[in-house]
Amino acid sequence: MKIAIASGKGGTGKTTLSTNLASFIAESRECVLSDLDVEEPNSGLFIKAELIHEEDKFKMIPEWEKSKCELCGNCQAVCNFNAVLKMGKMIMVFPELCHGCYACSELCPTDSLPMKQKKMGELKFYKKGNLNFIESKLIIGEEQAVPLIKQTIDYVDEKFGEDVIKIFDSPPGTSCPVIEATKDADFVILVTEPTPFGLHDLKLAVETVKQMEKPFGVVINRHGIGNDGVEMYCREDNIDIIARIPNDRLIAEIYSRGELLYSTIPSVKEAVKSISNYVDKFNSQKKRETK
Amino acid sequence: MKIVFTAKGTDMDAAMDPRFGRTEYFVIYDEDTKSVESYDNRAIEGEAHGAGPKTAQKLAEYGAEVLITGNGPGGNAGTALKATGTEIYVGAGDMTVTEAYEAYKAGSLKKA
Repeated sequence: MKIAIASGKGGTGKTTLSTNLASFIAESRECVLSDLDVEEPNSGLFIKAELIHEEDKFKMIPEWEKSKCELCGNCQAVCNFNAVLKMGKMIMVFPELCHGCYACSELCPTDSLPMKQKKMGELKFYKKGNLNFIESKLIIGEEQAVPLIKQTIDYVDEKFGEDVIKIFDSPPGTSCPVIEATKDADFVILVTEPTPFGLHDLKLAVETVKQMEKPFGVVINRHGIGNDGVEMYCREDNIDIIARIPNDRLIAEIYSRGELLYSTIPSVKEAVKSISNYVDKFNSQKKRETK
Repeated sequence: MKIVFTAKGTDMDAAMDPRFGRTEYFVIYDEDTKSVESYDNRAIEGEAHGAGPKTAQKLAEYGAEVLITGNGPGGNAGTALKATGTEIYVGAGDMTVTEAYEAYKAGSLKKA
């Protein structure tokens, strides 16, 4: 069972919810938390666990070999990202723009653009009891989050079976990295705040998950601030509000110390418990349907 | 010497466009023949990625020896322009093309 925790707006509480939910679930069974916000992963600030494995992650980019090249320009014609350009009498490759699609390499009539490995980031695997925490981080200067997100999900899938609860802390927004982080999910939790900003970006996120035909629900964080716009929108569109986490100064204080909330704050424990129950119910219903 | 300016219009009176990759036009001034050409670069709006290198490539096609612009090209475009040996001068973003040319001649523009 894969749950992606996403949001339109940044800073709504994806990581807060992911880390607390995963730790809560891990009290009773095996759970994987994976931080897919590879441009700025921060779940690790809240998870104190033992590092058991780390590895470099690579993407494949073309490298120009001058000797056989006839400068036909086919490579730049097939590149959608201007990552391969013919500049006078040479072919230039811009590794940061390359999406690793192989088109230029495969379609080169003289095999002058063989694909070569390039390090794009690092994956780390931590463990504490039932909680497995896997995070990846792009190295500075790398622009492409998608390939690293994909490889991280593949790693999680390789190590853990279908029966384990997998929680994916996704990047914010609605662009390619978010699509990559949520497209394999069985269920998407959209975290929002009850403000006009929160509502605006929630609508974008809802549009996105609807287009991907993903079942989803909403968690309202910092409940009590702002207005009732999010509540009204969810009611009108028949969107389940799975939980409401109240706005509480103590939450901010504990969070700022890099600590988990649910063991000290009853309202947070209540929220993660109801989310966990909701997800379980969804999962067993799904299992019945597929049988 | 062919000098290319990033501009918001097509002649020497046009305002400079401080951007390189997404500049609206180039004004190309040939010092030898005193002729002025221009290139409409606005199609670059449709490029989500790699506007800089793409524009640099266009510049190379014109055989530009000197580029005069505002903020200066980014990393990728800079790499591409260095490879073709184009000299880059920046800091002319608030001028007209003529003013930028005069500043270049007077040596008051910064070489990037």
